[in-house]
Amino acid sequence: MSLQAPPELGRDHALALLGQMAMIRRFEEKAAELYTLGKIRGFLHLYIGEEAVAVGVMQALTPEDAIVATYREHGQALARGVPAGAVMAEMYGKANGCSRGRGGSMHVFDVSRRFYGGHAIVGGGLPIAVGLALADKLLGRARVTACFFGDGAVAEGEFHESLNLASLWSLPVLFLCENNLYAMGTALARHQADPDIQKKGSVYAIPGATVDGMDVLAVEAATRRAAEHVRGGRGPYLLELQTYRFRAHSTADPELYRDKREVEAWKGRDPVTLFSARLLEWGLASETDLAAIEASVAAEVDEAVRIAEAGPWEPVEDLARDVYTGGR
Amino acid sequence: MPILTADMSAGTLVAWHKQAGDAVKRGESVALVETDKGLIDVEIFVAGVIEKLLVEPGTTVPTGTPLAIVREAGGIAAAAGVAAAPPPAPRVAPPPVRPAVGSGRLKISPLARKLAADLGIDPGSVRGTGPGGVIRREDIEAAAAARSAGAPRTGLDRQGRLRQAIGAAMARSKREIPHYYLSHTIDMHRATAWLADENLQRPVTDRLLYGVLLIKAVALSLREVPELNAVWRGPEALPSEGVHIGVAISLRGGGLVAPALHDADRRSVTDLMRGLRDLVKRARGGGLKSSELSEPTITVTSLGEQGVESVLGVIFPPQVAIVGFGKLVERPWSVEGRIVSRPVITATLSADHRVSDGHRGSVFLDALDRRLQEPAAL
Amino acid sequence: MPKMTYRDAVRAGLREALSRDPRVFLMGEDVGRYGGAFKVSYGLLDEFGPERIRDTPLSESTFVGAGIGAALGGMRPIVEIMTVNFSLLALDQIVNNAATLRHMSGGQLSVPLVVRMATGGGRQLAAQHSHSLEGWFAHVPGIKIVVPAVPADAKSLLLAAVADPDPVLVFEHAALYGVEGEVEDEAGPGEIGRALVRRPGDAVSLVTYGGSLAKVLQAADELATEGIEAEVIDLRTLRPLDIETVLSSVRKTHRALIVDEGWRTLSFAAEVSALIMESAFYDLDGPVARVCSAEVPTPYARHMEEAALPQAATVVRTVKDMLGHDG
Repeated sequence: MSLQAPPELGRDHALALLGQMAMIRRFEEKAAELYTLGKIRGFLHLYIGEEAVAVGVMQALTPEDAIVATYREHGQALARGVPAGAVMAEMYGKANGCSRGRGGSMHVFDVSRRFYGGHAIVGGGLPIAVGLALADKLLGRARVTACFFGDGAVAEGEFHESLNLASLWSLPVLFLCENNLYAMGTALARHQADPDIQKKGSVYAIPGATVDGMDVLAVEAATRRAAEHVRGGRGPYLLELQTYRFRAHSTADPELYRDKREVEAWKGRDPVTLFSARLLEWGLASETDLAAIEASVAAEVDEAVRIAEAGPWEPVEDLARDVYTGGR
Repeated sequence: MPILTADMSAGTLVAWHKQAGDAVKRGESVALVETDKGLIDVEIFVAGVIEKLLVEPGTTVPTGTPLAIVREAGGIAAAAGVAAAPPPAPRVAPPPVRPAVGSGRLKISPLARKLAADLGIDPGSVRGTGPGGVIRREDIEAAAAARSAGAPRTGLDRQGRLRQAIGAAMARSKREIPHYYLSHTIDMHRATAWLADENLQRPVTDRLLYGVLLIKAVALSLREVPELNAVWRGPEALPSEGVHIGVAISLRGGGLVAPALHDADRRSVTDLMRGLRDLVKRARGGGLKSSELSEPTITVTSLGEQGVESVLGVIFPPQVAIVGFGKLVERPWSVEGRIVSRPVITATLSADHRVSDGHRGSVFLDALDRRLQEPAAL
Repeated sequence: MPKMTYRDAVRAGLREALSRDPRVFLMGEDVGRYGGAFKVSYGLLDEFGPERIRDTPLSESTFVGAGIGAALGGMRPIVEIMTVNFSLLALDQIVNNAATLRHMSGGQLSVPLVVRMATGGGRQLAAQHSHSLEGWFAHVPGIKIVVPAVPADAKSLLLAAVADPDPVLVFEHAALYGVEGEVEDEAGPGEIGRALVRRPGDAVSLVTYGGSLAKVLQAADELATEGIEAEVIDLRTLRPLDIETVLSSVRKTHRALIVDEGWRTLSFAAEVSALIMESAFYDLDGPVARVCSAEVPTPYARHMEEAALPQAATVVRTVKDMLGHDG
């Protein structure tokens, strides 16, 4: 690690990156607490440990680009700018949630920010991303569709079908594999004959790269390169981001499948802690800055909770709405 | 006890990682809990000092139960696990039910139709009480009960059936017949004196009860007011061919039957007595024929033995009148200006006002009185 | 009025949709260079070009999902799945995405997607190529199901599907492609969710759809020779179902028979039967009957397949049984 800040990294940008990661961290910790209190129900998949991926990737996307994500999407949603109150209220099931309480934790949607969910079927979002990109191509819009999925999705047929089709038709899809080494409880080496994920694009003539997903600056740089390729009309790109989730797959998981020592080792590479330390080292941030960020995100998260708590329940009479457009 | 998995309602505390007095940091793991998904570490969300552990290892408690008291930095003790207010219980919307639209057909359920066929009831004459006027099983059953007595029903003994049929008839009577009531007290000294003399001359088996005199007197009086001896076939009453007196007999198990003494106006009192004895015996022994219950043209009821002075009876449809007699009692009586004691009886007439009126009823009671003053002619 | 085959009518509908709205495009296996597995899209590649008539790899799940994504992105895609037998590969995209995206997003999204597929048996194609699964799909809220039985409807209901803001699955019975019928040139989009009385009658209501309509009309003709005038109703849409037309008919005839090429157990006919029972119970003179496929994977040998599928003769016999006629 160099003691010199990268020349192009400005203080404002650095603090913004740190602030977003800290916000996601705090939000997810709060969500964990609220789940134990029964405020959030169903399934809850926490992004703790993977913050650098969502935050770094979003730097390379414009507001016109589209995002398709998985059920572990709070980080992507918050980094994209979906209001924390709307996400929290959605997890509460309230009517002021971003999906009116109809989706919950796994189905965060915000079309105004081109955030197309929030998908609970592993691999199910890839074809949709291909379609969004297809529409852009047919309508002559130079936009990127960023598609997040995990290492588990690489085993699904849709992964292969989608990469093949996107490449065949030269569609502007940025395939982003968040490889946290486990597909729920199954380690990568146990579900992939060849665990080298970024290479799998080459079979479909798609260029790929790997990046350290715990390093937000590396993620940002790699995504910019990848997005440039896609935006330039040169077809899809497969970026593998190597990361780790510090928590269990979901709240229901006793983590029998991984060694606590491995978890501790990865915690030693906590993206938030790492980046904070580097900023201090580089003199881009002071302890006061860090404390201010911490206080600020704490307040933001508390406000999000307040918004969720205060939100109304949708009336049961509205049960059948939004099944069809026009109500029938 | 936190909610750790999607449907968790209780958890078992397996071990504490901390003791009372230990400091804790936010995010620290403080206990191990067993759920149906396995062993899960419980983290604490506040920083502070554990004041007191509330649940022993090995205990299973419902989610929401406080596990420990923590004095937060700042001095506020907090307990873990506050239950959240549940969302409003969803009101289950009932499936949309289309009201039955009229189509000119008889709306009757298949079960009711079958039952009507079995019981010989015309469904068209039955009023349905189901939604939209649909005829259902219970409507057919009600129609069967309201029909004239004697329809055999499974599951009841014969006596029970008779009682039920009459009960249904009584209810209908009160509902449909506009009763009017007349009452008249009759001097019975001549009748009782004659009866005493007569019985002295008869063998024990042929002795008469005064009730049979009443029956004969009623029967003869009906010849003068035949409209009281009619059968109601709405909207009019048809005069009956004979005078068949329904004699009300109370049953030992409770209830009442009123089988017919046929041609009471033409039989001798001796014959009527024999007939009466036979009816009473068979009524109490369960040997009445159902036709005997449907053949009376008028009913006579007497509760003299029970001690009431007058009885205002309920007409047995399709009859149009009922005559009641009370107890034969000694009462002060005015004879040519002097008070003497006389045996008297109070006779009442309950009659169907659609068929007769008070004037005709009075004529009947007057005739009854006259006949009872000449007992030898009965 | 011009007559054309069902196949030509679908093509005419596709052509009209493609011509009138630049957002419309067709994609599926062999729709372009091959001219369409059933020759429906024959000639369209030449007319509209490869951007709008897109041959896809054999990736049902992804090209249906891509259709969903393209619809979200502002297009009006028509996706052709060669047959309903292959649609099972795309079931996840249809049931978990197309049907749910509007609801799951709290009303933020519409999915104006059309998925066309050939359906049905009767051509000795055996168990994996003879399914009638439109009843299964009709089970799912969030999608619409149309089942045109005649060329005119094949065109008009396709146009209605393209115009609909919600996902519509169009099931074209493969045996109908060569059947001729009158098709009005400028009829425009038909009405999704409206059934039609194809033949009035008073003795019994014969309710059917799609590939079974012809057999039911044939049965009705035969019954008429014996003085039994059957009323034939073509459902045309399974979801949303126009049950009122069926109920009106049943209130008149007091007897109902539903003919459905799906297997009898949990068939769409079972749903229609339940609806009739719920709303016209007191108008029925007898139980609702069903003629459906036998509980067997479709056999290859012709006589066996015929025995497995609903036939006009079975309909005739069933009606006579219902009416208590001998012979």
